[in-house]
Formats: sequence, C-alpha cells, structure tokens
Amino acid sequence: MSSLSVNHLLGIKNLTREDIELIFETATNFKEVINRPMKKVPSLRDITIANLFFENSTRTKLSFELAEKRLSADIINFSSASSSVKKGETLIDTVNNILSMKVDMVVMRHPNPGAHYFLSQHIDASIINAGDGTHEHPTQALLDAFSMREKLGDLQGKKVVIVGDIMHSRVALSNILCLQKLGAEVMVCGPTTLIPKYIESLGVKVEHNLKKALIWCDVANILRIQLERQDIAYFPSLREYTMMYGVTMEILNSLKKEIIIMHPGPINRGVEISSEVADSKQSIILQQVENGVAIRMAVLYLLAGKIERNS
Amino acid sequence: MNPVNILNSDQLAITITRLCQQLIENHGDFEKTAIVGLQPRGVFLANRIVKVLHELTGVSKIRHGALDITFHRDDFRRKDTPAIPSETQMNFDVEGLNVVLIDDVLYTGRTIRAGLDALLAFGRPSRVELLVLIDRRFSRHLPVQADYRGRTVDAIASERVSVDWKETEGKDQVTLYATKKEL
Repeated sequence: MSSLSVNHLLGIKNLTREDIELIFETATNFKEVINRPMKKVPSLRDITIANLFFENSTRTKLSFELAEKRLSADIINFSSASSSVKKGETLIDTVNNILSMKVDMVVMRHPNPGAHYFLSQHIDASIINAGDGTHEHPTQALLDAFSMREKLGDLQGKKVVIVGDIMHSRVALSNILCLQKLGAEVMVCGPTTLIPKYIESLGVKVEHNLKKALIWCDVANILRIQLERQDIAYFPSLREYTMMYGVTMEILNSLKKEIIIMHPGPINRGVEISSEVADSKQSIILQQVENGVAIRMAVLYLLAGKIERNS
Repeated sequence: MNPVNILNSDQLAITITRLCQQLIENHGDFEKTAIVGLQPRGVFLANRIVKVLHELTGVSKIRHGALDITFHRDDFRRKDTPAIPSETQMNFDVEGLNVVLIDDVLYTGRTIRAGLDALLAFGRPSRVELLVLIDRRFSRHLPVQADYRGRTVDAIASERVSVDWKETEGKDQVTLYATKKEL
C-alpha cells in the first residue's frame, strides 16, 4: 500500500523516484487491462474529468480521453479555439466556471509555462499537466521511460540521447528529469542554436555530431522540429537540418550495435527521421502510443485515489 | 486470547483433497471448466487445487488463471491510499465455461462481488461457482454464499483469520487471531 507524494501532476520535477516506480507498477497492470477483450474497469466511475486544451493536440488528447473512458470516468472536453477564452475570460475564471459544474480533475494543456502551477494555487481540483508551453510534458516522459524499461530492464546506467529541437521541446526537459531520476545518463544532440545554453547545468552531455551521439547511446529519442514555436530562423533550411541530423537507415547500419529508436510524435517523415527508420523493427514508436494510455490510466487512478470524498 | 489453530498442515491437505473430490464430482474431466484464483491470496489455494486435481484425475490441462479485482473494488477513495493491484493472468476467454472462483477466506462477500464483476471482462461464463477454504459465516455484507467450503468458522468482526502457505509463510496452516486488545 502506498500512494503518490503529490496531489497534482505538474511536472516530473515534483515527483520522487518512488512515485515514478509506483506509476510504472500500476501502469503494468493497466496495460494488461487494455489488452483484455473488455477493456474497461469501473474504478473512476464517480469522478468527472475536464480536458482543457488551450493548445492543439491529437495524440495526447485522444490518449487521455481513452484512458479516462477505460477507467469509467465522466469527461467533458474543451478546446480554446471554440471557447470564451477568445472573448477575454481569464484562465482562473474559465476553470472555476468549469469546476462549479462539479469537476474533480483537470487535464490541461496550455501554451504558457507554469500555467498549471499557477492554477494549482488557486483552484480546488487535481491538476494533470498535458504540456505547458516549452516547459514540461510529464506523462510523455513517463511513457517514454516506461517503454525504454520494457525493452532494456532497469535504466540505471543506460545511455539515452535526445536528438533535435531541445530548445522548444517540453518533451526534452521532462525526459531529462525523468531519466535522471531513474539513474540513466542523458545526452542532447542538435544544432548549437537549438540547444539551450544552460542545459549542461542539468547534468546532461551535449554533442553536436549525430553519429558520435548515436555511437554513445543505447536509446535515441528523436524530436520534431517545432516550427510553430520558432520565431526566428535557427538553421538555414530544413534540408540542411535533415542532412546533418536526420536519422537514416544508413547511419544506423554504420553503428556496430542495434539501438532503440523512439519518437514522441508527430513524426515528420524524411525530416528528423526517415520512413525506413520509423517503420524499422528498432523503432518502438507505436509501442510508445500504446503505453501512453496505460501510463495515463495509472496517473489518473493514483491521483483520483487521493481526492477526498464528499468534500 | 492466544491465536487458535483452525487447521494444521495435515488437516489442510485433507480439506483440499476433499474439495477437489467435490469438484471432480461436479466437473468430471474439466473439459468445460476454468479454475480462477482471486489475487493475491486466492491464487495460492487455486494453484494447490489444480495440482491435486491433476494428481487425482490425470487430466494434464486444466484451465486456470489468476484474477485481480483491485480496479473493481467498491472501496476506492474510501481508504487513505489507493489499493495497489496484483497481476491478472487470464490466458483464455471464459465464454461458455463453468468457472470456479477461488479465494482463501469468504468474509463480507465484497471481494467476490468485485471478482464476479472483473470476470465479466473475459466473456460470459455459462456458470460461476465459488470455492473457499474458510467461510466466516454470519458476517456477510452482501448475499454471497460458497458452493464449496473447506471449513466454516464463527468469528467476530475484531478477529482475523489468516491462511498461511508453505510457499510464502513457510508453513501450511489456518489460524484465528484476536486482533483487538483483550478486555
């Protein structure tokens, strides 16, 4: 019997290693549940969850929604494109309006880093971060580490390289924190302009040569170039980026070992990863998606367990 | 009150053999039967029963599985911490089968209710029976009764019945403890 040390999932930063282990243990059981003929359990039938997406999302939103439905929770969805946010309502007002409809948990994606922390100080509901700007995306990091662990066992001492747009990626930061808590070594790889200056203070290695990075690692997590967040040109052209940092079969075959290829999606085939690599047997991109539902079920289940009844 | 021994190792073996004979009487060659132990403690009994059935009948393949009921419990969010699940191992559908649910102690009946609920995720069984080693009668919260019972025990709510197994506790035995302070 144990429970999480937190009441909200704001970021990996706030979790302990024990929390992460507990989420993984619970997710393993939910993975069995979602592979049953009947994939639904009644645990959260008296819980109502609001999915608030102030920023676009396909995979994460579907994954959370499915996880909530598999747990029998009632859900309401909201996306900012069709809401009163456009009419000038503040975040706290929007959320408080939704909460007065008796909502127990809030899953939110927001373009501003720290929006979840801010909200957690002002409202009375359990908050799950589904991505806040360029800051954190904790459930993605958890499912990435969970998928790695399925392949490699204990991550202690394992080497993981994150390739691509580190600067604009919330996946990168959450992954770094999560992997380090589990004892893995992390390296980031990409053009100088896309790697934040302070990143070494997190204790990660920096490498600008893709081949050297791939030779070093056991797992390569490849990120998309987030053109929508780039206000200026960080590299001359996408074509040049692909030539320098695109992961191809040719470069993988030149390594003397088989490494695991991951990608949080959406993938841009032929840019950061070639089609061949994305579809190869080294790639566990689709397993990541499957594990995403199990991890999110575990997070929802464990946080819901901490909500007091009749309060 | 000192702990009271309800069944010692030899008596436990005899009881399990008797339960197995009763199962054979009703299920014959176990062609259409599945033995399902409830996690965590019912699984030890289920494994023991499958082993004895195998020795008694010579049938080598008796369907058996382990079912975890954590996500189907009715006390979620009524306890301080969420219950942590055990592994479910069900490698077959129960559609059309005669299922024997197995648990070590039948007390309030709530676990069995959750077990019936969890079982439905694996199809519609033709029939479900309940086998328990210890039946704590007069303590039910729900209308649940066992079809096969090893020993019936009258125990008050403050007492605790504990089933120990050689595999985990080093000794086969059933003991009654008085958990509350004596007056």
